[in-house]
Amino acid sequence: MPIVRIPTPLRKLTNNLEEVTVSGATLGVVLDELNAAYPGLSERIVDENGVIRRFVNIFVNDEDVRFLQEKETPIQEADVVSIVPAIAGG
Amino acid sequence: MSTKPWFSNLKCRECGRLYEKEAIHICEFDFGPLEAAYDYDAIREVFTRELIESRPQTMWRYRELLPIDGEPTVGTQVGFTPLVKADRLAKALGIRELWIKNDSVNYPTLSFKDRVVSVALSRARELGFKVVACASTGNLANSVAANAANAGLKSYVLIPSNLEQGKVLGSLVYGTNVIGIKGPYDQVNRLCSEIAGKYGWGFVNVNLRPYYAEGSKTMGFEIAEQLGWKLPRHTVVCMASGSLLTKLHKAYKEFIDLDIVEKSDFSIHGAQASGCSPISTAFKAGTEMVKPVQNPDTIAKSLAIGTPADGYYAIRSMKETGGSCEDCTDEEIVEGIKLLAETTGIFAETAGGVTVACARKLIESGKIPSDESAVLCITGHGLKTQEAIIGKVGEPRVIGPSLREFEALVADEVGTKN
Repeated sequence: MPIVRIPTPLRKLTNNLEEVTVSGATLGVVLDELNAAYPGLSERIVDENGVIRRFVNIFVNDEDVRFLQEKETPIQEADVVSIVPAIAGG
Repeated sequence: MSTKPWFSNLKCRECGRLYEKEAIHICEFDFGPLEAAYDYDAIREVFTRELIESRPQTMWRYRELLPIDGEPTVGTQVGFTPLVKADRLAKALGIRELWIKNDSVNYPTLSFKDRVVSVALSRARELGFKVVACASTGNLANSVAANAANAGLKSYVLIPSNLEQGKVLGSLVYGTNVIGIKGPYDQVNRLCSEIAGKYGWGFVNVNLRPYYAEGSKTMGFEIAEQLGWKLPRHTVVCMASGSLLTKLHKAYKEFIDLDIVEKSDFSIHGAQASGCSPISTAFKAGTEMVKPVQNPDTIAKSLAIGTPADGYYAIRSMKETGGSCEDCTDEEIVEGIKLLAETTGIFAETAGGVTVACARKLIESGKIPSDESAVLCITGHGLKTQEAIIGKVGEPRVIGPSLREFEALVADEVGTKN
């Protein structure tokens, strides 16, 4: 099953697990499944309209889903989904 | 100086939830960035021009508005860089009055990043970190390495593996651990966010970001003080993540709110390289949705951040202040570096070339009216990005140690006697 990597600020909701496995054919389904397993998780990631929040970056195998198909991005069995907060820098 | 808690909390910029002053950087509820919050009423009671002027000329003279609890312990001599009146550049760009805020001579590592690192590492010590780290396009790495060395902290700096030689050497020399990552900055950043969650390190631009970012305000405070306690009508600054622009805005607002300066109109304008201009592109399209740039391609490597964390807020700041945004090509960047050098004697890195080139466009298009006054923020030194101009500023003319050869060389340029 696809692996989802959980960022530190959300681990309170995953019993401190850094990685969880959930099934789903698209990113949207994976996020729904994630929320079923760990209630409250998806509202942190998507807003009330179901859009990925402004300050959240989601990567599927190192590719930003904004360059893929956002929530419609297909997810394969061996994929790694990373949820990463935006970071300042320079 | 008192250690009264001027700095009260961390606060989510999106929802306003308050957090303790720990090594955390985003809101658990909406991922909004956490920002330092202050007890402005308490600050207002003590914070005056006289108090500031009585202190040493460093960025810490504005200490009440910086997010540490005790006295600064790292980078105590950073800041108060020159504000230079640039009459010849003003003439070249066609504007009445022009100033250069010259952070290319900031101490100790010749970029504005010493300001943010000074705050971040002072705070890192207060929070008990023994190891500090950063993701960087170069300047931040240099500053973390140098300031950590001076403070006796162990450091790791993670950079894209294709950075300029000067930026790589400028980290290695301090004995830090330099890790080159095969990939653009945004991937370095993503890795760092995962490392920060796993190791108990103080990442200056990850879990220490709320502290780090506030250091940039001191550039704005200094500009206002050096103009004779006045805000500049126009400020032009380059953008990578967009953080510095938002913090200049915050600095000017804080000085107005605390009656340090009189309220006056000010506009802040952003500058990017066309090869990585997600903020400028969004601004020009009239949207606040910043679309990431997947493969940045510009000689302004220090600005090559495809996913700018503060892009949204930078656009808001520019709009709110009546500012605007421009971007420029690699050729224009080189021209900007040369023009600045030839008219002011200041050698800027590529990011400074971006600021000058975009200022020229903003003046030419009337977005900065030619009868007004502007400050250009120059954020880093040109010796760090020499590759960008090698072969583009001429070569020395080589002759033997002979007066005859010299006279033949300069015959067309000068008379034999004066």
